[in-house]
Amino acid sequence: MTRAIITVVGKDTVGIIAKVCTYLADNQINILDISQTIVQDFFNMMMIVDLTKSVKPFDVMNDELTKIGQDTGVQVKVQLEDIFDKMHRI
Amino acid sequence: MINLQEVLETNKMIEQENLDVRTITMGISLLDCADKDLDVTCEKIYKKITTLAKNLVSTGEEIARGFGVPIVNKRISITPISLVGGGCCKTTEDYVKIAKTLDEAARVTGVNFLGGYSAIVSKGMTKSDELLIRSIPQALACTERICSSINVGSTKTGINMDAVRLLGEIIKETAEATKEVDSLGCAKLVVLCNAPDDNPFMAGAFHGVSEADAIINVGVSGPGVVKYALEQMDKQAGGLADFEVLCETIKRTAFKITRVGQLVAQEASHRLGVPFGIIDLSLAPTPAIGDSVADILKCIGVEHPGAPGTTAALALLNDQVKKGGVMASSYVGGLSGAFIPVSEDQGMIDAVEAGALTIEKLEAMTCVCSVGLDMIAIPGDTPATSIAGIIADESAIGMINQKTTAVRIIPVVGKKVGDTVEFGGLLGYAPVMPVNTFSSQRFVDRCGRIPAPIHSFKN
Repeated sequence: MTRAIITVVGKDTVGIIAKVCTYLADNQINILDISQTIVQDFFNMMMIVDLTKSVKPFDVMNDELTKIGQDTGVQVKVQLEDIFDKMHRI
Repeated sequence: MINLQEVLETNKMIEQENLDVRTITMGISLLDCADKDLDVTCEKIYKKITTLAKNLVSTGEEIARGFGVPIVNKRISITPISLVGGGCCKTTEDYVKIAKTLDEAARVTGVNFLGGYSAIVSKGMTKSDELLIRSIPQALACTERICSSINVGSTKTGINMDAVRLLGEIIKETAEATKEVDSLGCAKLVVLCNAPDDNPFMAGAFHGVSEADAIINVGVSGPGVVKYALEQMDKQAGGLADFEVLCETIKRTAFKITRVGQLVAQEASHRLGVPFGIIDLSLAPTPAIGDSVADILKCIGVEHPGAPGTTAALALLNDQVKKGGVMASSYVGGLSGAFIPVSEDQGMIDAVEAGALTIEKLEAMTCVCSVGLDMIAIPGDTPATSIAGIIADESAIGMINQKTTAVRIIPVVGKKVGDTVEFGGLLGYAPVMPVNTFSSQRFVDRCGRIPAPIHSFKN
């Protein structure tokens, strides 16, 4: 299973999660876990997703999600899970 | 499972604290390219490099996008070229032709530097070694991406003072040959003692004869991350944290930084089908604000690098980075230590401009960290014998202490103490520093070599 972490950071606005989730559903990307917090009006969200059945290559999905973020005024990042796993787990 | 705080911490390191992987360097053996005919040698070299490293840059960029961490440089290191050109190079021009071939191969593969225009002459020079060394000024003046390094000594062999003397002159000639661009050629030439075979960092990278046909070495970085961690540590302590906490904080941070390097190295090795060599555990600064080893020393507690206590602070930093990094990586090698270049570190530049840091203090600092007197601009009228004297001093530190040391100094033609030199990009800018003006001529003019040191009675 190829897993990635999607983070959304920015000013809290209506429909951020909906837009990202719709995109993921449209592209057969399964969400395994979601957590979020708001710090000083700033919305921080992360999703752990499974890319195994994704219909789009990683780079395309990354670009399109970044674009959705830009259109909504938030920063969306997609990163393979390994970087966090390696850094924070022995 | 990974939690939100951990994800945010990693991304903060990348976005705000300049965490990056400094370089993926592909080491390539060119031993099988040697031929009696110069044109055939050049053709084989070009073909081997452009075939093996064809996907190096694109793969590096792909990995950077996948993990969301910048990989700043993609580079190539090759077999010391004096071992490859020995059979076919009869003049310095012949060597320059190889340099141009290498430069073209580097351009085509898209790497920003190719290291290994080198010779290992720690005990003696072959004719081929000497020709290569004499070709350096011209080779560096007419190429863009070639880096040159010469190993003039080692703990096992002593110091080849004939090579040291010659390199004093070669550095001056290189400065003259590239005087139109502030003697930039000298920034691509480093003189080493105890040079490692697997160093991924320029200008001293080459692919030693002990290495496999091709290998992936990775250099990590992240002084900004260490600095931020130390700032937070003191905030949490509500004053000055003690040395135990200080050392633990550096170790923990170095571990995290190095794990990213290890991941990138394994991924690059897997995708390129080239074996993983080593991780170089280095804190490599850049001129970017906050990406500075000097700033870490200031966080530890000296007003500017150069103040009393600097050498001890640096020793502590270097040791903790290694202790944290070693556990994070399966194979460690290269230079592995904090780099203290002047022009590439804004904090070092500030220290020189404030009058806190001198070449003599930098020399003392090189006793406890990698790598040596690095990216230091000195007056253009510094005699070749004084430069050779500096190289001899630095080599002696390496030889006696069984560590790598190096000299990369730039006698900038037409510039004097107080002037500033602009190298641009990652090489930064540097104030011209004074060199002791008393002569070392009679010492340097002696022929032969300094014998290998005794390995007992350490004091």
